[in-house]
Amino acid sequence: MAQKTYAGIAVDVNEEGYFITPSQWTREIATEIAKEESLTLTDQHFDIIEWLRKRHNAGEVLSIRSINHSAVLDVKTFYQLFPGAPLKKATKIAGIPKPVSCI
Amino acid sequence: MTTEKNNPIKKVNIICAKGAIEDVYATLVMGNGAVMEGIETNLFFTFFGLDAIVKTRMDKLHTGVIGNPALRLPGGLRMPTWMGVIPGMEAFTSWMMKSQMAQLDIPPVSEFLDLITAGGGNIYACKLAMDMFKFKPEDLSEHVSGVLTIGEFYEKAGGEGSQIIFT
Repeated sequence: MAQKTYAGIAVDVNEEGYFITPSQWTREIATEIAKEESLTLTDQHFDIIEWLRKRHNAGEVLSIRSINHSAVLDVKTFYQLFPGAPLKKATKIAGIPKPVSCI
Repeated sequence: MTTEKNNPIKKVNIICAKGAIEDVYATLVMGNGAVMEGIETNLFFTFFGLDAIVKTRMDKLHTGVIGNPALRLPGGLRMPTWMGVIPGMEAFTSWMMKSQMAQLDIPPVSEFLDLITAGGGNIYACKLAMDMFKFKPEDLSEHVSGVLTIGEFYEKAGGEGSQIIFT
């Protein structure tokens, strides 16, 4: 297990940089991880990040399809907010494990 | 650095030539998966695969029950070929397949196309197959970005790190 320091706090991460202990996450940490991904977080980013964290804590498997049911934003906007691999980037920034869904 | 990291797949071009549920979903799952990874994605539907992008047919696909030795009855016994000729068997099997997929949160074809294009994936129809089956562009889903000749498809498939996959 590796450790990384964000916003002055040491957090446990795996070899890909995903959080092992989601409770260590804060909004300041999210802003710093986003910087590594060349992203500046807006309120809209935080809305979906909070939603992802809530779903993860509820034990749900996150998929790209589930974003459409989030009532926070649609999939198209999600791709625009986190260009490239949105679900992977967003979960990393949200301090939760990498999704294991194929959908 | 490993070879995988040095030579990532940057673009996939997936050809779907068959219209059974499992053929179409192989294309859609691979295509959507590529889009989710940030890989440039082109899907090319031809011959019977066109059913997946024809509005009136896309959500009514079937799985073939004749000549499919891997097909099992509920409980795990092999389904004998003769059972496939029982009226309604293909519809029942197709319904079973769809309900199993729905349980895994796999979307219907129309919604899958929506997800793929929302992420920037492109969907194309084959011109030759369109002419052969007498389809018009207006028969196709709004998510289809064009009808291509095979030459045009190859032009779009070009580039470093690009792969052509035939499902």
